[in-house]
Amino acid sequence: MIGSQAERLLLHALLVAGVVLTLAPLLWMLSASLMPAGEASVYPPRPVPSAITLEHYVSLFSRLNLARYFLNSLVIASAITLLSLLINSMAGYAFAKLRFAGRDRIFRALLSALVVPAQVAMLPLFLMLKQIGLINTWWGVIVPGMASIFGIFLIRQYALSIPDSLLEAARIDGASEFKIYWLVILPICRPILVTLAIFTFMGAWNDFMWPLIVLTDEAMYTLPVALANLLGEHVQDTELMMAGSVLTILPVMLLFIFVQRAYIEGITAGSLKD
Amino acid sequence: MIVAGFWFALPALALIAVFFVLPVAAGLALSLSDFDIYALGNLDYLRFVGFGNYARLVQDPLFWRALLNTFYFVLVGGPLSVLVSLGAALLINARLVRWKGLFRVVFFLPVMTALVAVAVVWRYIYHPRYGLLNYALGLLGIEPVDWLGDPLLAMPALILMAVWKNFGYNMIIFIAGLQSIPEQLYDSARIDGAGRFQQLRYITLPLLAPTFVFVGLLTMIGSFQLFAEPYVMTQGGPGDATLSVVLLMYEQGFRWWNLGYAAAIAFLLFAIMLAGTILQLRLRRGL
Repeated sequence: MIGSQAERLLLHALLVAGVVLTLAPLLWMLSASLMPAGEASVYPPRPVPSAITLEHYVSLFSRLNLARYFLNSLVIASAITLLSLLINSMAGYAFAKLRFAGRDRIFRALLSALVVPAQVAMLPLFLMLKQIGLINTWWGVIVPGMASIFGIFLIRQYALSIPDSLLEAARIDGASEFKIYWLVILPICRPILVTLAIFTFMGAWNDFMWPLIVLTDEAMYTLPVALANLLGEHVQDTELMMAGSVLTILPVMLLFIFVQRAYIEGITAGSLKD
Repeated sequence: MIVAGFWFALPALALIAVFFVLPVAAGLALSLSDFDIYALGNLDYLRFVGFGNYARLVQDPLFWRALLNTFYFVLVGGPLSVLVSLGAALLINARLVRWKGLFRVVFFLPVMTALVAVAVVWRYIYHPRYGLLNYALGLLGIEPVDWLGDPLLAMPALILMAVWKNFGYNMIIFIAGLQSIPEQLYDSARIDGAGRFQQLRYITLPLLAPTFVFVGLLTMIGSFQLFAEPYVMTQGGPGDATLSVVLLMYEQGFRWWNLGYAAAIAFLLFAIMLAGTILQLRLRRGL
């Protein structure tokens, strides 16, 4: 009994040490964002502000156009999430439950395309979007994210377990194919759709390289791109940069804390392809 | 029904064809051309150069430097990150541990953060004068170090940050793998007198093999795409010590507008990643 008590203590000590190391950078970011200007650059480092101030948050919104970047991020991430959910769920359902010529061959081809890294497509995609005038627009970021092979795969695996008899019954009742998809399939797929929605939103919100390439005008920047740009001009304003980081991270963090169970289950589901 | 299936899949397939398959094919053509800033203005300047870009690339010392740096990140950062993930998963999954859900969520938090935002924080953690890291090392009697300014330390500093940010993701996958191992195996091992370490060595690790394959591939593929960390933290410096292949591609393509040359970089990286994937799958099969 004494042995297992000591072991329990050791395990928890290690875990708590891990928690401290994991949280320290995030907590210090929050603390420094509330410090009066200059207080984060002292030796020895201050763990907490001498007086809490919101001046950096205020100047991000009043001087540095942060509301605009926030709006850009929100519109882009929401549009990618909603559109890709619709498009991927239709395709995932079709690959799982509907028969059409070449279905399985096309699906295998899609899976093998997963090995191609996105960077390979970026240069020509930029030239294409330039031709059709989508560079420096919300749509330029949204359009390439509207369909995802991974999303189709995830929904297909889930939809495979739906019994065919259910679809047959709906067809005998005279429901149209779209009605079946909308009223039967989507409600059944709800758990996987929620997971995929969180996945997609967080990925789009945090994405850096593609928005950096497509959005050339400062007014169009998403939060991460704007933050990287701010870092160039305000590298000395530690407290201001920390406030910008907090505002970039906070929405996703809050969303995560509300839905973490569904999200974590989704990662596990995605990893269970034998 | 046959027609319906086709129409349901069509929007996704059309989008993937136009915005992924077509650009990849066009990228291959681009890499065989001298597409540059003049061609961007007027396509008449565009010429076919065959494998000229690839030939130039293998003679470009900057490309080799970027490739070497990327391999450093993949071969040191990848295994380190997998080990930390496995350690955290084993700790959380231990029978005696309470508040498993809480630990799991906390370790996962950095995964949710935007890389640019945490890079801002880590730049200050690594600050030679005011940084938390040097302060902590100072308490142990270690002299201050210019983490991001020293060519030998800049890459380890990026690796440390990347491990901190990413380990929670693989940890979740490892926990799922651990939970799929039947409890009876451990019970009978204990009856046979196997200790903690023997149980780990002969039950846990062998049965986690499929998880290792998945996590290993995922981590390798992600590591080869190193970009935002050096872009924000070091701009590839000091002295190209953290220049990655994707960063080089970005600079050649979108800063200097050498799109043909940059496309060749992208395809070489793809070929290397493909070779790495096949090699890993072969190695695991041999085990």
